Amino acid sequence: MSDDPLHMPRACDGRAPDVFRPGGWVPMRQYRESEPVDFAIVGTGAGGGTLACKLAEHGFSVVAFDAGPYFRPLEDFASDESEQTKLYWTDDRIVDGDNPLQLGSNNSGKAVGGSTVHFAMVSLRFRPEWFKSRSVLGYGADWPLDWREMWDYYAEVEQALKIAGPVTYPWGPRRPRYPYRAHPLNGAARALAKGCEALGIKWTETPLATLSAPRGLAHPCVYRGFCVTGCSTNAKQSALVTWIPRAIAAGAEIRDLAMVGRVEVEPSGLVSGVHYHRDGSWRFQRARNVVVAGYAIETPRLLLNSATARFPDGLANSSGLVGKNLMAQSNQAVWGRLEQEVRSYKGPPSLAITEHWNYEDKGKDFFGGYSYMSQGPLPQLWANTLFSARGLWGESLVEAMKDYNHVVGLKIVGEMLPQESNRVTLSDEVDQYGLRIPRITYSWCDNDKRLIDHSLKFMRRALEAVDASDIWIQDDDTCHLNGTARMGSDARSSVVDADCRSWDIPNLWICDGSVFPTVGGANPSLTIQAIACRTADRIRALASRGELEAGSSRPSIQRRSIEVQRS
Amino acid sequence: MHERSDRYPGYDVLAKWSGPSWNDKTREVITRRLSIAPEPRFFTADEYETVVAIADRIVPQPADRPPVPIAALVDRKLDDQIMDGFRRPGVPRDGEAWRLGLKALNAEAAAAYGKRFAELPEALQDKLLRAAQSGELASGEWGGLRCEVFFRHRLGRDIVLAYYAHPTAWSEIGWGGPASPRGYVRLGLDERDPWEAAEATDGGDATAFRSNRRVR
Repeated sequence: MSDDPLHMPRACDGRAPDVFRPGGWVPMRQYRESEPVDFAIVGTGAGGGTLACKLAEHGFSVVAFDAGPYFRPLEDFASDESEQTKLYWTDDRIVDGDNPLQLGSNNSGKAVGGSTVHFAMVSLRFRPEWFKSRSVLGYGADWPLDWREMWDYYAEVEQALKIAGPVTYPWGPRRPRYPYRAHPLNGAARALAKGCEALGIKWTETPLATLSAPRGLAHPCVYRGFCVTGCSTNAKQSALVTWIPRAIAAGAEIRDLAMVGRVEVEPSGLVSGVHYHRDGSWRFQRARNVVVAGYAIETPRLLLNSATARFPDGLANSSGLVGKNLMAQSNQAVWGRLEQEVRSYKGPPSLAITEHWNYEDKGKDFFGGYSYMSQGPLPQLWANTLFSARGLWGESLVEAMKDYNHVVGLKIVGEMLPQESNRVTLSDEVDQYGLRIPRITYSWCDNDKRLIDHSLKFMRRALEAVDASDIWIQDDDTCHLNGTARMGSDARSSVVDADCRSWDIPNLWICDGSVFPTVGGANPSLTIQAIACRTADRIRALASRGELEAGSSRPSIQRRSIEVQRS
Repeated sequence: MHERSDRYPGYDVLAKWSGPSWNDKTREVITRRLSIAPEPRFFTADEYETVVAIADRIVPQPADRPPVPIAALVDRKLDDQIMDGFRRPGVPRDGEAWRLGLKALNAEAAAAYGKRFAELPEALQDKLLRAAQSGELASGEWGGLRCEVFFRHRLGRDIVLAYYAHPTAWSEIGWGGPASPRGYVRLGLDERDPWEAAEATDGGDATAFRSNRRVR
């Protein structure tokens, strides 16, 4: 128990775990609580981890907090679904609405690196039109970002993560080729490809954030198939093994097992730091700027829990929109049986994809789009799917499970529309820190249902085209959460501006999937990281013009060499 | 030696224990799981008896091998306070939901048949479980917990996850199992690495058996 990352902070005493070496450490700068740092960042996932890296490399002093443990994947991760639930955010939460969300495995993370420690690595760009979905496509809300600018930041993230993908991508405007070659297809991906070809639509190898060639101390993917339960070989390019080592090398401090419970606001109306719980007590870190990057539930929860007499409805909430417009993505599936052995447990679960219905608008009776991908459920997940979605138990469950190696499936990532009634509020119950727990209310709208219906019919045809038998549909799953602190160009109808800066409090920022006005039909992690890279560049530009809050405009440390672990 | 229903005759995922498919952390985790004694820590003796009976119906096990101690696995998860982390309004947290649901299920058994759930014949146990699954049980003992929510999100989920967390179940379904650091090489349709389970096809039992005995 002397080195138990779940119960004892590891990033202390001027050092942090070396994620590339069992038992290893790297030196880490530490900041005093009493002296304000330029940026206190709450959360170290796709948003916060990326931003911590980029701001530190721009020369700002940064402390990034994560409520979760600091793992070394090579020694801490088992090849075991049960054990690896330690990667999920499983603090107490209430879910309601007509379609209560299931939380945990595919939409939350509690670790340094956040959900990227167990994400499926699917790294897609948004369709350009989605950034103007209200004006161009007639639904949702416009983003205040230009797709061409985002295209440049996508390229930066794809290089930073060495995304493995196809030489040419079949949809959308031109993009550079992916840095690393695409991974080979597994049986499930081959079935997807064959189905697409039979139906006359394009498919491609999925751009994935797992290595197809060596990179520094990280080896290429060995196709062990446990991606969504944490990669134990470091092929996965999570924030934990990419942005965060860079952040530390550039002078950022990471504090693990540090739950931020309140953002402090001064009488001036500016924020002055964060109250956080670590090692059994509440502490306070002073900061010139605070960035909330806790994802779509914890971000609004923290803003609401930080209410003061001056901001009785929570911070950054003059629009009344904090917590509202929560968006999940549809995650429905069609499953069947192939006479051949598929053994989809091998390799990343989604090695092949079609974005056809993200880019084709004809033949739809709904707004928005969806992609669909091949699937590779591990045994526990598959058994629970057969039980909960198909209603099997007893002998029928045991017999169906014996067909595990023949199962083939297609699953969508579908766009759900923003609705103010889908929201995060505070319950009266409190958690282990004494903080009010979130209540998450979710109901599908008619458009969501029509999209789901379209996708299920289409994917059924795709499985019929590969001669699958015993086809059935799983109609009630969701994934990825976004929204609850949307960005926009008007303070009355959004929470932050295009730079992720809150309209109400100029030194309070939000940088994670919360800022999405719409979600599109593509996995959000690449876009979250691209926005974080852009935000860091914008902050540097604002600082150089003296447009950050007093005292925060001067980079306080010297830029250090980056990627020392990889040299 | 093995029944015809054995799809992967002779396959034992644990045979790879010392090979390159199992890393130290996995061995540590599975060692702990395999050493769990079939007795309760979280549940009372009465509650545990009911969980054992329910688990026998949700995941019936063959008599010709040592059973997976499903109830004990569920018990340890609750005792260790490993939670899903989300629940409907009015539904207590995971451990308390189990206690409430077991009490209600026994109340239903007593009201309908004058016996405890565990004392009922299998057919009546199944009937009660089917009624819970379809939301037909409405004894006052359920309180704010709807029987179909308890069945789907707590009872069945925890039992199914417990069983398929055990190497015995992995061998039964022919899963390749833990694979770090070795991973897999042959990924395509109808392709199989030598350390994966061979499926018995018509008339091919003996071939599969020989192949599976060599898995390391």
